[in-house]
Amino acid sequence: MSDQWHLRESYTYDRNVIAEIQRAANTGIYRIRGWGAKRELPTLDDLVVLGASMSRYPLEGYREACGTDVVIGEGRAAKPVRLDIPVTIAGMSFGSLSAQAKEALGRGANAMGTSTTTGDGGMTPEERGHSKTLVYQYLPSRYGMNPDDLRKADAIEVVVGQGAKPGGGGMLLGQKINERVAQMRTLPEGIDQRSACRHPDWTGPDDLEIKITELREITDWQVPIYVKVGAARPYYDTALSVKAGADAVVVDGMQGGTAATQDVFIEHVGIPTIAAIPEATRALRELGVHRGEVKLIAAGGMRSGADVAKAMALGADAVSIGTAALIAIGDNDPRHDEEYRALGSAAGAWDDFQAGNDPAGITTQRPELASRLDPEIAGRRLANYLQVLTLEAQTIARACGKSHLHNLEPEDLAALTVPAAAMAKVPLAGTDWVPGREHLA
Amino acid sequence: MSDVTTFDLAEQSVRELNQHLHDVEGGSFRVTNPRGAHAVAAGIDADVAVEIDGSVGYYCAGMHQRGTVRIDGNASTGLAENMMSGTVRITGSATMSAGATGHGGLLVVEGNAGARCGISMKGIDIVVGGDVGHMSAFMAQAGTLVVLGDAADDLGDSIYEAEIYVRGSVASLGTDCVEKPVEAEHLAVLTDLLERSGLDADPADFRRYGSARELYNFHVDDIDAELADGGPDEVDAELADGGPDENGAA
Ligand SMILES: Cc1cc2nc3c(=O)[nH]c(=O)nc-3n(C[C@H](O)[C@H](O)[C@H](O)COP(=O)(O)O)c2cc1C
Repeated sequence: MSDQWHLRESYTYDRNVIAEIQRAANTGIYRIRGWGAKRELPTLDDLVVLGASMSRYPLEGYREACGTDVVIGEGRAAKPVRLDIPVTIAGMSFGSLSAQAKEALGRGANAMGTSTTTGDGGMTPEERGHSKTLVYQYLPSRYGMNPDDLRKADAIEVVVGQGAKPGGGGMLLGQKINERVAQMRTLPEGIDQRSACRHPDWTGPDDLEIKITELREITDWQVPIYVKVGAARPYYDTALSVKAGADAVVVDGMQGGTAATQDVFIEHVGIPTIAAIPEATRALRELGVHRGEVKLIAAGGMRSGADVAKAMALGADAVSIGTAALIAIGDNDPRHDEEYRALGSAAGAWDDFQAGNDPAGITTQRPELASRLDPEIAGRRLANYLQVLTLEAQTIARACGKSHLHNLEPEDLAALTVPAAAMAKVPLAGTDWVPGREHLA
Repeated sequence: MSDVTTFDLAEQSVRELNQHLHDVEGGSFRVTNPRGAHAVAAGIDADVAVEIDGSVGYYCAGMHQRGTVRIDGNASTGLAENMMSGTVRITGSATMSAGATGHGGLLVVEGNAGARCGISMKGIDIVVGGDVGHMSAFMAQAGTLVVLGDAADDLGDSIYEAEIYVRGSVASLGTDCVEKPVEAEHLAVLTDLLERSGLDADPADFRRYGSARELYNFHVDDIDAELADGGPDEVDAELADGGPDENGAA
């Protein structure tokens, strides 16, 4: 039996912790990686949906209409964004992704009538061509930002922050800065590029209001303007975004994916999506714009139709997906397992989006790898996946008796854990106890 | 003067002005009573000549393309931000972030420019007759900033390939910004810019600043690789070349 004691591993210093200390001691630099938080966090799985019973009427699962569309920017923008499904493709830059991957995202989104989003690095003509509805990100770095592309966009998203790194800027390491990427960003090839984390010409919500007006003036008030924030203080950030004139607020929880960020940032900064959505919703409600003038788009760890339905029940009008979309088009595919293993990882664990050596050809700028991804096939896979998310969300909504996804409400939810009940502000299952309710307005 | 169209912002809105400027192919325009309005003449993309009589608010001539804008007065934050081409000239001073992220064209500030002048500039040329505030040319990527007066603290912090010329004093240089020798080619650039800006100064009086390029790549140690020296541990070193244990920052 004594052997067993010699093999006892520490809870505090588990193998991952030991490996990280050793890695740090060897290299003298923090770990940078892609993906999102990997540690256990409260998620939407900690909530369950209360299907209809005696006091509520369900809808027929396959037949009765259950609307899924969402309109953003009605009232202010001459051309509001109209989406058939409430699942959008999140901003991921050309640079972090290959041109083929961007094309696949466009194709999949088009097929399902939803939008894609540019990223930190500007808009490529191919991307514009392959996306019927394209949201153009306005980031602190302003890489590749220009008025011609701004006028080509179907919506503009002012990025204040990202769930994986609220308070941090973008990052693209040298091995992904090839000639084209360098040129688009006006940077030397091969540098480890760290984007600005603050906007260069505005600080605070009062300035942002003027900035949004400027963007509307430049684009002649044609398209909606979103504000994206990393979830840290979502109640205040949402309220201030509304005050600044946003048509939509994108709240990205700490599980949110990234192309390259310090691990310490990914795992320790921000709050989980389940905690962020209700706070953002509360702000919108108090300002009288919820499910109305200003839409809420929730992101960070959206994986299934259940997540979509729960996010919407908590108050989101739509969700946005990054990591799941990449998985759908081929990221972490077991087909590449041998190659992932040659890189010291495995299919299902690979997160080196920053490294530029993606066997799936998605997070790379190397032509020989990128050409492995067939944009048409990958686009079909994404469309299928989006279809499933929609069908699943409808299944849940119908079970709750809702004829539109946006009729889902917090009353349709219960929590499995006390923390989830407190964060989501819904009762612990089997009780009417919402921890902290007495402090709510 | 009959071919000059006048917009009186005491009577007409900025929206009307901008829509008109976006709809025309060319022409001359005079804007009166701007009274600190924001986004005046933003988003121009035509061979127009716009003269603004008075001071403007934020983002005047934002994202400017082609054409010229002249402001007889002062400007608040973000004058000619993200300008692409053409010329913007202000006879007075500009506050924060003048010429921020500009990709091209020429911005002339005859007075002083406040903090963060030329922040994140990406190819624009900026000539300032007076002083610039702190953190000017922060993260500046490309283009040239010429300052006839003095520069406040942290000039050129985290600068990339942009070039800075200052005739007066520099309170302090930011991280990774260093003084560089002025060669004949630099004098030629300065001479040309001074001439185009119409500001009078001797190119020989300027000092040049730019990136030390020390921040371009992460510095990554690899003790294991050193010790391995061809031994079985070499695998670690290999992985360090873009492998998952490495951060890809070699
Ligand atoms: C490869 C990759 C690149 C990304 N690039 C950007 C970007 O350029 N700008 C941005 O705002 N967010 C970026 N993000 C974050 C996404 O827009 C989104 O917030 C996040 O992926 C949502 O979380 P999820 O991955 O769990 O779905 C990126 C994410 C990934 C995975």
